[in-house]
Amino acid sequence: MEISVIRGGMLTTVQDLGRVGHRSAGVPLGGPMDPFALRMANLLVGNAADAAVLECTLLGPELVFSADTLIALGGAEFEGLAAWHPKVVSAGSRLKLGAARKGCRGYLAVAGGIDVPVVLGSRCTYVRAGLGGFKGRALRDGDVLPGVDVARRLKNHWQIDPRILPGYAEAGTVRVVRGAQLDEFGGALFAAEFKILPQSDRMGIRLGGAKLTRIGGATELVSSAVAPGTVQVPPDGQPIVLMADAQTLGGYPQAAQVISVDLPLMAQLQPGGRVKFTEVTLEQAQKLAYDREHVLALLHEGLAQKFQ
Amino acid sequence: MERSAADKRRMTFSALGDTAVVVALGSGIDEAVLPRVRALAHLLGANRPAGIMDVVPAYATVTVFYEPGRLAANGPRPYEQVCRFIIDRARHLDSEAKKKTATAGRVMEIPVSYGGEYGPDLSEVARHCGLPVTEVMTLHAKADYLVHAIGFAPGFPYLGGLPAKLSTPRRPTPRGSVPAGSVGIGGAQTGVYPLSTPGGWQIIGRTPLALFRPGSAEPALLRVGDKVKFRAITPEEFARWK
Repeated sequence: MEISVIRGGMLTTVQDLGRVGHRSAGVPLGGPMDPFALRMANLLVGNAADAAVLECTLLGPELVFSADTLIALGGAEFEGLAAWHPKVVSAGSRLKLGAARKGCRGYLAVAGGIDVPVVLGSRCTYVRAGLGGFKGRALRDGDVLPGVDVARRLKNHWQIDPRILPGYAEAGTVRVVRGAQLDEFGGALFAAEFKILPQSDRMGIRLGGAKLTRIGGATELVSSAVAPGTVQVPPDGQPIVLMADAQTLGGYPQAAQVISVDLPLMAQLQPGGRVKFTEVTLEQAQKLAYDREHVLALLHEGLAQKFQ
Repeated sequence: MERSAADKRRMTFSALGDTAVVVALGSGIDEAVLPRVRALAHLLGANRPAGIMDVVPAYATVTVFYEPGRLAANGPRPYEQVCRFIIDRARHLDSEAKKKTATAGRVMEIPVSYGGEYGPDLSEVARHCGLPVTEVMTLHAKADYLVHAIGFAPGFPYLGGLPAKLSTPRRPTPRGSVPAGSVGIGGAQTGVYPLSTPGGWQIIGRTPLALFRPGSAEPALLRVGDKVKFRAITPEEFARWK
């Protein structure tokens, strides 16, 4: 099976769950900005949760499939294909994803996954280093992606319970746990509403609209590990929420860390969108992470009988 | 100041969000701490149990990444589970650190063309340090450096050993793109950008060497523990470099 790329879209990359275990060489985790949506999209077509999919950004791609296959879109809603509903497409048919209507990033899973080579343990694309994915870069018009021939069909009609889906919004509240230097910023992080700046990318979401000032001036810190979700504050006071392609180490003060289950909400805010932060405890964050894993495990089990 | 033996052995734990534990073995940039950092990273990184994803050493810390959802299946409080795992593996830290101290790293030479279009912040660094530009170049190239960590970007070496006189704060706003090979100063640290990435360090020069080679079996040119020397080259030598 092959997937011909008629239009690459704004920024469409091959992603799986990321390059685990190479951060000590400075290689970022990478993978999806919205890991929940990627895993869900895979489950909806009967794939393993870590199969490679296409991450589409704001303006989706136009694709032609060379064989009958099963596809599903998770995450943002795009013109052209309903999110969270698996769909059979026939050989030669064309799929055109338009603009994102709600959310920012969609995950298009294809039965069998996108079969690009594994680099350092992952198929995910790290564009900045030209690593992994399809030729280390975003898709372009005319590319031909390798798929896998799997005859997989839906058994009768079903749909997932919408209550398990995250509430993506243009203005959201994102939960964080405290960062090492939170107290140095007073309560400013929780008082303000921030705006998503257009310079945001897969490395970090840049926030404007309010500045965070360090009480007692600037002591330079020695770099230590940072991660997707770290809210770091450079000296100009404009916070950056590090995301999937975040560097592995950083030396800016850390105000907070977005909790795992809310990273998808952050990932789905469009440029111009607004966000507020609210604090939860580590115990609460880990309980929420456990509950989410539980939901995904149940779903995995439930869906196992839904394909033929 | 002389530290007590107990101080030298102390580990302090803190949470980096709900997916990582940061173990501090000291503070600041301290060559004496580095063997313990390398040793702990080695002890934790070997045969990682399910749910432990990554082990990242840097200067005085080792950060352990984990999957809270998966560890919660083993019982409550994943953070405490990971702390116990670290304490258990750290039982042999002292003897492992002695081994790391005994094994010397390689000496690597990095050619650098200082200033001009390759080092747009050289004059700003000179102004901040109250030194002539030539003195900044001479001091930077004369010092002996040690790789304390690889991170920030693939293959990016964080180097200890920057002369205190050259310490300069990071730029107030990070640049959107710093060219590959750029040599920078960020606070008391110096390093080389292997790839074109956004970055906030003061850029004083550029090397023609590739510090990250994605196709290679060992993609990072430098390793933690390597000694590094910079050698000043002219822009013409830079242009001729293959």
